Amino acid sequence: MAASNDLISMTLAQARDALRDGKVSSRELTGAFVSAIEAAKPLNAFITESGEQALKMADASDQRIAKGEGGALEGLPLAIKDLFCTRGTRTTAASKILGEFVPPYESTVTQNLWDAGAVMLGKTNLDEFAMGSSNETSFFGPVFNPWRANDSNANLVPGGSSGGSAAAVAADLCLAATGTDTGGSIRQPAAVTGRVGLKPTYGRCSRFGIVAFASSLDQAGPMTKTVRDAAIMLKTMASVDAKDSTSADLAVPDYEQLMEGSIKGLRVGIPKEYRIDGVPAEIDALWTRGADWLKAQGAEIVEVSLPHTKYALPTYYIVAPAEASSNLARYDGVRFGYRAADPKDITDLYERSRGEGFGAEVQRRVLIGTYVLSAGYYDAYYAKAQKLRTLIARDFTSAFDQCDVLLTPATPGPAFAIGSKTADPLEMYLNDVFTVTVNLAGLPGIAVPAGLTANGLPLGLQLIGKAFDEGTLLRAARAVEEAADFKHSPAKWWSV
Amino acid sequence: MSAPAKAKTIKGETGDWEIVIGMEVHAQVLSESKLFSGASTRFGADPNSQVSFVDAGFPGMLPVINEKCVEQAVRTGLGLKAQINMSSIFDRKNYFYPDLPQGYQISQYKNPIVGEGEVLIDLKDGETIPVGIERLHLEQDAGKSLHDQHPDSSYVDLNRSGIALMEIVTKPHMRSSEEAAAFLKKLRAIVRYLGTCDGNMDEGSMRADVNVSVCKIGGYEEFRRTGSFKTLGTRCEIKNVNSMRFIAQAVEYEARRQVDLIEGGGTVVQETRLFDSRAGETRSMRSKEEAHDYRYFPDPDLLPLELDPAWVEAIRASLPELPDEKKARFMALGLSAYDAAVLVSERETADYFEAMLAAGAEAKAAVNWLNNEYFGRLNKAGLAINDGPVSAKANADIVAMVAEGLISGKIAKDVLDIEWETRTGDPRAAIVEARGMKQVTDTGAIDAAIEAVIAANPDKVEEVKAKPKLAGWFVGQVMKQTGGKANPAAVNAALKVRLNLPDEG
Repeated sequence: MAASNDLISMTLAQARDALRDGKVSSRELTGAFVSAIEAAKPLNAFITESGEQALKMADASDQRIAKGEGGALEGLPLAIKDLFCTRGTRTTAASKILGEFVPPYESTVTQNLWDAGAVMLGKTNLDEFAMGSSNETSFFGPVFNPWRANDSNANLVPGGSSGGSAAAVAADLCLAATGTDTGGSIRQPAAVTGRVGLKPTYGRCSRFGIVAFASSLDQAGPMTKTVRDAAIMLKTMASVDAKDSTSADLAVPDYEQLMEGSIKGLRVGIPKEYRIDGVPAEIDALWTRGADWLKAQGAEIVEVSLPHTKYALPTYYIVAPAEASSNLARYDGVRFGYRAADPKDITDLYERSRGEGFGAEVQRRVLIGTYVLSAGYYDAYYAKAQKLRTLIARDFTSAFDQCDVLLTPATPGPAFAIGSKTADPLEMYLNDVFTVTVNLAGLPGIAVPAGLTANGLPLGLQLIGKAFDEGTLLRAARAVEEAADFKHSPAKWWSV
Repeated sequence: MSAPAKAKTIKGETGDWEIVIGMEVHAQVLSESKLFSGASTRFGADPNSQVSFVDAGFPGMLPVINEKCVEQAVRTGLGLKAQINMSSIFDRKNYFYPDLPQGYQISQYKNPIVGEGEVLIDLKDGETIPVGIERLHLEQDAGKSLHDQHPDSSYVDLNRSGIALMEIVTKPHMRSSEEAAAFLKKLRAIVRYLGTCDGNMDEGSMRADVNVSVCKIGGYEEFRRTGSFKTLGTRCEIKNVNSMRFIAQAVEYEARRQVDLIEGGGTVVQETRLFDSRAGETRSMRSKEEAHDYRYFPDPDLLPLELDPAWVEAIRASLPELPDEKKARFMALGLSAYDAAVLVSERETADYFEAMLAAGAEAKAAVNWLNNEYFGRLNKAGLAINDGPVSAKANADIVAMVAEGLISGKIAKDVLDIEWETRTGDPRAAIVEARGMKQVTDTGAIDAAIEAVIAANPDKVEEVKAKPKLAGWFVGQVMKQTGGKANPAAVNAALKVRLNLPDEG
């Protein structure tokens, strides 16, 4: 048996092979992660830990492996964002309003994972209802980024909303994790924790059983240590699901295989509108370096234009809150979750249950969403935003006439200090400037770790692909990964 | 023939007023499962026993359209001679209420599945009037709040939550409460023929909201000419009108209320009013200002509903014969417009009538027999046509026996009464023969009866010789003597001979 640290620092692919070859048991592997999670409580990456259940699942996997059975992810311990409903395990969406809600059903994505033999370590922290870019809006408290600057002991945010999953992957608390991405919630936290985050094409992974934030934008995806691991995870997470009308009726290919191979001749677009004011020089420099890496491997670099980029954030902050205001109407204290004490009447029950149950950021977005849909404002806001969304999607279609993938920065900067941006929501919203366009257009995007800032914090690059062309996207991402040769991990300051 | 609706005027102090009526009918789609979930739609189940997680609005649940409900909406649209929209969109209608678990109702707002169509309504005088259909859209029903189960709590039953409804909206083309009731009756007949809604108003599977306004004489004509609503009055929407009778009451009350209000110097405000069937009046529910802002927007959980034209055509090809077509066919058999309309108003009645024809009854005689005898007995017994004790074949036999001169109309009624009790199914054999009711054409028996009548009434014999038209009195007496069994034609002929009466030609 290998040392515990060697076990938990394996990639998903390495662990899969080790299990298959009998070099380690799922119980050993799972046990190592359960201990690591126990030691990492200061990070607050998990809302619910399910170590006992994990060990049982691991034993069952070991039995299947012993019989020569087992699925694609047999015995591999994963962390699940607490936005995925898990049968019998509390699901909170990091909100007080869901209270002690225990779903009597399983989300399709997690069901796919369990069907493939994966082991659930627990449910990870996130921004409340996935609304945030720093994991600071969680009712269960902020998550700390495992990374710290080499010149400071200040606690940094792990990004958001999938901050718990990002921290868990970066701190070796799981082999891989699930995330969801509505405006950047997989890619931005992956980038600022130095790991890989893939948002698939809208419709690739079923939304059934995922607590909805903005239905036309939400998409589940993997958060992993490597691009290969992302390919492995996506293969199992993705499916055609009759329970989700927006699920794409397309067979799921073998992404691990599609990921292989050269990028010679691949046309990589550089959208000029992504060169924006106020972005640190090292981000620009990294972007240029990324283009050079790809060029060096035989890709053709082409400058493209996405002219409506500047409208993306305002469009997003109309469409997403509008849908959220409606999606969150079901949390009314009547059937499940938190209910205010001693309501006078039904209106009082609604007002206080929702007033006490939702945090400030969620309330802000519900109010914005209600406003932009109301009579007299619909045309000025929601209808206009939908038109812009069409134009933004069209930008990408035109750009993809000239190229196969796009390369952009993943975030406008590295992880920032806890509390440094909470006073100004607009400044917080700017974190998604490079990622929201991809959700609005429904395209796949991936964040790949590409370097460190001068003070030692990870930075990522984003690649954007054509719809349902995750194969090419992963191949390009692997090229960036190989060239960047990012081998850094955070010092494990939390477990001393 | 169809003609535009005729106004029923209301006398006011300042002159005559016209009523203008439009309707919104919610018809529950006949389907095994709900519009967006697999839960059952069976009526009368225990509370909350037919609720899926989708219907209860649980986190992460998603709606999936039930193709059967779409088919039923298309079928209904075709039955309403309406335009089928090959692309339609589901929207969310947002409001808070405990019986609305999602906090929104999935409905169709700007792009309904069915567009403009037309329904011909049948009036008492046999006239038909076209009523324009504005649209039909699919939407989810809400659950039901139960306020009478506990002194200080309300309960919610979600069995109905998510059941598919068709909202059918008419143009303001009705001009009297009779026309409104006739419209609803015709609509109910159409959906029942189509099998898309059971039309049971008492179970709530068909519910009507009635829009009523009044205008001065000529205002409506102007509206029909220009299409502008300016010459019509402000309308009030009356909710919860759940029977044909209530529609008439609600419309009459509301129109009178509006006329009195205007003539008293007031103005009608656009509002939703509730019909109180006990008090027979409408009461304000909420004004336009208090109306909800439903914040409609396209439901992002559902793709636009795209129909395959070939699929729609297949549904069209499978449509049954509808009331108007059936009525035309019955009229071609010699029935009056009124009789034909009565027969087709319920599919079961039309089927019964056709079964009588198939069993050999003549159309006109059959409809008269039903109208004059059988329907009355059914009504009195409170029975629907299919629950009545006399089969279509039995009634056809009775009608045929009358036509053959085998029994008189009077005996036919007795035969019907006996058949009603005994349910032999074969009155011809079972009753007439067994009980000796076959008409007496035995001239000996008739002659004997004639002699007896003459002997008892010598004065009448003198009278009839002077006035041969009085012979009818003798016929009646002879029939009485024979217990109604004599063949009237034979009695007539024998009397003429015996009394030496001239032939009347």
